[in-house]
Amino acid sequence: MATGKSSLSIIGKQTFIKYSDAVHSEPKEISREFSSRLAEIIQKYPSKKSAVMSALYLAQEHYGWIPLEAIRWVSEELDLAPAHVESVATFYTMYYKRPVGKYHFQICRTLSCMLCGAQKISDYLKEKLSIEAHTISVDGMWSWEEVECLGSCGTAPMVQINDVFFELVDAEKLDVIIDKIKKELPDLRYHTTSGELGTGMSDFPRSQVLGLDLK
Amino acid sequence: MQTNHHKILTANVHHLDQHLLSKYEERGGYQAIRKVLKQTPEEVIQEVKASGLRGRGGAGFPTGMKWGFVPKNLGKPIYLLNNADESEPGTFKDRLLMERDPHLCIEGMMIAAWALGANWSCLYIRGEYGYPAVRMEQAIEEAYKKGYLGKNIFGTTFSLDIVVHRGAGAYICGEETGLIESLEGNKGQPRLKPPFPAVVGLYGCPTVVNNTETLATLPWIILNGASAYAKIGTEKSAGTKLFSASGHINKPGVYEVDLGYSLLDFINNECGGIRGGKKLKAVIPGGSSVQVLRADELEGVKLDYESIKGAGSMLGSGGFMVMDESTDMVEACLNLQHFYSHESCGQCTPCREGANWVQKIVGRIYDGAGTYSDIPLLKSVTSQIAGHTICPFGDALVTPVLSFIEKFPEEFNTRIAQANGIPTFNTGEELSSQVLDAVSENAKNVAANV
Ligand SMILES: Cc1cc2nc3c(=O)[nH]c(=O)nc-3n(C[C@H](O)[C@H](O)[C@H](O)COP(=O)(O)O)c2cc1C
Ligand code: FES
Repeated sequence: MATGKSSLSIIGKQTFIKYSDAVHSEPKEISREFSSRLAEIIQKYPSKKSAVMSALYLAQEHYGWIPLEAIRWVSEELDLAPAHVESVATFYTMYYKRPVGKYHFQICRTLSCMLCGAQKISDYLKEKLSIEAHTISVDGMWSWEEVECLGSCGTAPMVQINDVFFELVDAEKLDVIIDKIKKELPDLRYHTTSGELGTGMSDFPRSQVLGLDLK
Repeated sequence: MQTNHHKILTANVHHLDQHLLSKYEERGGYQAIRKVLKQTPEEVIQEVKASGLRGRGGAGFPTGMKWGFVPKNLGKPIYLLNNADESEPGTFKDRLLMERDPHLCIEGMMIAAWALGANWSCLYIRGEYGYPAVRMEQAIEEAYKKGYLGKNIFGTTFSLDIVVHRGAGAYICGEETGLIESLEGNKGQPRLKPPFPAVVGLYGCPTVVNNTETLATLPWIILNGASAYAKIGTEKSAGTKLFSASGHINKPGVYEVDLGYSLLDFINNECGGIRGGKKLKAVIPGGSSVQVLRADELEGVKLDYESIKGAGSMLGSGGFMVMDESTDMVEACLNLQHFYSHESCGQCTPCREGANWVQKIVGRIYDGAGTYSDIPLLKSVTSQIAGHTICPFGDALVTPVLSFIEKFPEEFNTRIAQANGIPTFNTGEELSSQVLDAVSENAKNVAANV
């Protein structure tokens, strides 16, 4: 768990920086495998430029966020001006311009969730992780932010952790989830191109599927 | 107690194995496409026109008519885009379809593609929908393996490729031209219309954008016939519609109802009534961009395009948000304005600056720092946004704030009065007139100072 101190307030910035300016180490070079995965994606579109969003996701999968190196890689792979790639990367909130915690919590704050107690969830998480929104815990494990409607309003309040939705959450459930993450370090990603569904958290079914009573 | 509604879209969503092609087919799937491929595209368009199906993405535009706008023989490819961006607050119905019946979504796309003469189609899905996206990808892969997608489908001349394209967190990419820009690899900033996408769309080619629910309705229409569909619902609002019910109700969820169903029955039956025995205060019936309705305005209102319009709101996406008596309407209004301010794409100045202004003004009223001139100021600012932007986002942000002020003036007035040291009264009305006097007094002072 975080010690209460947090590192710089760094998520949510809009300018791009070098990997080593945020992480204090040199990044691993992005491998050929990523280039060939991208080449496969490009094939699917009538125009190469359409692959820019997928390319940014691939780069984010490698670096964990979008440093300048990622912009360069995408612009070289797709023959696009770096300024164009930057304009796309800044437009969309799901490309992180700074590193996030290994487990990044996104708490929905919009109306249906608000009506069902989203504020309490934010307050609880802030206390539990002992960090402010948009900051990372010193151990690099945690970060959180409030986001707009995630399309889970029927199972409000809800939190997205990395790629996975946790619905109908409350303080107690958050405790269980966080403990489990600490113990098992599950992979909470839906891999952008490999089509894997496994998350290691299968005993956390997305609490109730959209109002249908599913056993 | 629930009324028996037709199950056109949700007949199989409760089967946990429905996402598998074999199960989908066992339950009657991929029959409609086989049937359609024996008809001419014109016949299919005619059938969809006759069914009365209207777009479920928000605007309710007749689907067959939209298809009819696509010029053929331009020598350019024609594209079909499935809009699964689903970012309108309060809406989560397309997600249900993609998660639980992905092949139904695919078959719907195939039918539309055949009717339009499209050989390349894309499902544009909001980036946060990781699980439904993977479900769709897996279903598409299965369909390719079986030869249901790709070249010469079912031994005919029809070929179709479907690509899943993930958004990355931008509400505006649900607007059809924003979606097209995004898919071309740009910022998702909407284009001026005309030209309409049906003529100049993706890569400058004729393009139809349809909502996921709209497309998923097609297999049923083809199998059961246009007249069977047109018989369900009302004369102008045919068929069934998915409503995403959320907020202070006992049974939130996605419900398919016959259009024309009583709104209050929907709350009391399907939604299980108001939580905790509280009283109903207000409903937003069609997603955050439509007018809020007070409980006393709901008597006799039906869930169809015309009836909800008659009540002063819109059916929109069917994002049905229910608020009980404990809801602070100034807070609810602020919550939505925060959303719009965050999501403005920044292209048009009235929207980019205006959304921010509106949020700040509502915010200071909420914080107890409002002034008497704030309500007229809001009206003035919003009048300079609506109708002055490239896309309807500007109107979408203005609609809720104006309706909250109109429907719940006493709550805004009380906040302002408290902030300005006027004692509060028991009835909103008295206070309202007091504040209105103060507003006109204020206006006189302002005029005197000019
Ligand atoms: C700001 C804005 C957001 C929109 N978001 C969506 C959306 O998330 N999903 C959708 O299907 N349509 C959305 N629309 C409507 C689309 O522009 C378009 O009308 C619709 O996808 C057409 O499909 P339909 O005819 O099947 O309804 C949005 C429109 C606006 C102005
Ligand atoms: S309002 Fe929270 S998921 Fe929609």
